[in-house]
Amino acid sequence: MRSARRASHLAMRMKGVLTLAIQNSPKSFSVQEMIAAKKQKKGPSSSIEKIVPFLLLLTAIVSVLTTLGIVFTLIVETFTFFGRIPLQEFLTAQKWYPFSETQGSYGILPLVSGTLKVTLIAAIVAVPIGLASAIFLSEYASDRTRRIIKPILEVLAGIPTIVYGFFALTFVTPILREIIPTLEIFNALSPGIVIGIMITPMIASLSEDSMSSVPNSMREGALALGSTKFEVSLKVVLPAAVSGVVASIVLAISRAIGETMIVAVAGGSTPNLNWDITSSIQTMTAYIVQVSQGDAGYGTTIYYSIYAVGFTLFVFTLIMNLLAQFIARRFREEY
Amino acid sequence: MTATIEKQKVLEKQGDNKSSKQPKDIVYKTSELNLWYGEIQALKNIDLDIYEKEVTAIIGPSGCGKSTYIKTLNRMIELVPGVKTSGEIAYRGRNIFDKSYGVEELRTKVGMVFQKPNPFPKSIYENVAYGPKIHGIRAKKILDEIVEKSLRGAAIWDEVKDRLNQNAYGLSGGQQQRLCIARCLAIEPDVILMDEPTSALDPISTLKVEELVQELKEEFSIIIVTHNMQQAARISDKTAFFLNGEVVEFAETDKIFSTPSDKRTEDYITGRFG
Ligand SMILES: Nc1ncnc2c1ncn2[C@@H]1O[C@H](COP(=O)(O)OP(=O)(O)OP(=O)(O)O)[C@@H](O)[C@H]1O
Ligand SMILES: [Mg+2]
Repeated sequence: MRSARRASHLAMRMKGVLTLAIQNSPKSFSVQEMIAAKKQKKGPSSSIEKIVPFLLLLTAIVSVLTTLGIVFTLIVETFTFFGRIPLQEFLTAQKWYPFSETQGSYGILPLVSGTLKVTLIAAIVAVPIGLASAIFLSEYASDRTRRIIKPILEVLAGIPTIVYGFFALTFVTPILREIIPTLEIFNALSPGIVIGIMITPMIASLSEDSMSSVPNSMREGALALGSTKFEVSLKVVLPAAVSGVVASIVLAISRAIGETMIVAVAGGSTPNLNWDITSSIQTMTAYIVQVSQGDAGYGTTIYYSIYAVGFTLFVFTLIMNLLAQFIARRFREEY
Repeated sequence: MTATIEKQKVLEKQGDNKSSKQPKDIVYKTSELNLWYGEIQALKNIDLDIYEKEVTAIIGPSGCGKSTYIKTLNRMIELVPGVKTSGEIAYRGRNIFDKSYGVEELRTKVGMVFQKPNPFPKSIYENVAYGPKIHGIRAKKILDEIVEKSLRGAAIWDEVKDRLNQNAYGLSGGQQQRLCIARCLAIEPDVILMDEPTSALDPISTLKVEELVQELKEEFSIIIVTHNMQQAARISDKTAFFLNGEVVEFAETDKIFSTPSDKRTEDYITGRFG
């Protein structure tokens, strides 16, 4: 009854608005006529329509060509390197000591172990914290909290890595040395932890995106079966978001593998093939920095070695990406 | 530990169901229930007694508070921020708004089927096994049995028995809805709440779900919201007519549809407004 009365009231008011609008307009017009008139005047804009896709294609080609160029240079210089140093030595030799022209040793394994140690420590720090933060933000935090924290995370991701590097060297390492007296000044642990801190916001933010895009109806379905909020997060939302979560983790780990400044500043420059995280290391990236800064002449073996190391790095990130795609496809829960 | 307790509960329940020849008990007693979304009052002074092993239909025009009421019964309404209630809903004699009443406990007893089918993005098997699993039932053999029994109970076993490990989203809408009913049956609830369970389905799937509801009421108490008057008349024992957040009339379905005592009920069921 009341709603019926309200509706008729509303209808009356709306009628008033309509007649008012019609009275105000000077003369009656047809929308179709106006569109036709506009079309007449559209002369030059139609040629823009034709040029735009061409321009867009051009920019796309430029970026693709640049990438291909980089990969091409990398491969060519890497081949030159392997013309001098056998691939087998590169893959199996236990020492990386390129600075002597006569008794140099070019085994990539020590550099790989440096990279892996740091990456592993970073992942151990970042994956649990990042996922926990993502679950908190997506499932527990109020809208307000989320609106405050998300931008902060994105700012954190934008801090220059050199800042993190000195944070590792001058803040984290001294603290760690209080706890572990045998820790060297340059070590794998401190930069590993700091890289972990650096990539945590990335995992948190990207995982949160994919978790909060899981439809609410699924949470409701699970809650209605008597699940607790935590069970819903862990057993329904997280699995449903798995492809995005895995992608965020892999992306973050790729960044850890490629991270340069932090390890160059706080990791040291001693390539060692071992699993000791307290002693000085050198990662693949840090080696490239070291050589680029020094005066390795063009054409020397050292010069070509940075391409071989760079190529190895490239292979690593490529594998990570393929892995991500495989995992995401294998565990995808479609909805 | 929890697993054995739950199993025992399940067994006790089965015992209950077999020996149900006594006079019907009240499952839900709603007294003077008011509910506000912020400042807007959506339910006004609701008094309703819902009996066990019956189908109770809730009808009324759009926006009259049907979904609000049914979601209050398992406290899903609390997910909406800014909801306030006053009054009491007693489920099996205990006020569900009591501080000591855990929502999880309530929702383990009171299942819900939603308007739009909302299976989990998991396999058909995992969808049905989800409920028992989170309540601590782990043994594969028992789970297998529960899954089959529930799928049979929801009249979908024959259609899916060969594809239990496929994703539930490969099913048709009607099959998905019956899967959701199976998921709900898997924890053997006492009450099943259904909010327009057939409004997203085609006529044949609708018919299947309606037949299913008829069978399920032998074992469960069912409260169903529907926009479809024929559906209410076909499947329910009692009908409540809601209007603007109030219960205008609540009686045997036959009586509501043949000799309603309120003019507004008559207007609504004869299609004169709403
Ligand atoms: N989340 C909400 N916030 C504020 N108001 C709401 C909310 N949900 C529902 N309402 C209001 O409460 C009243 C009852 O809504 P409800 O969804 O219970 O109606 P309904 O009877 O289920 O309608 P329908 O048949 O269209 O599903 C309506 O006026 C609606 O606008
Ligand atoms: Mg509704």
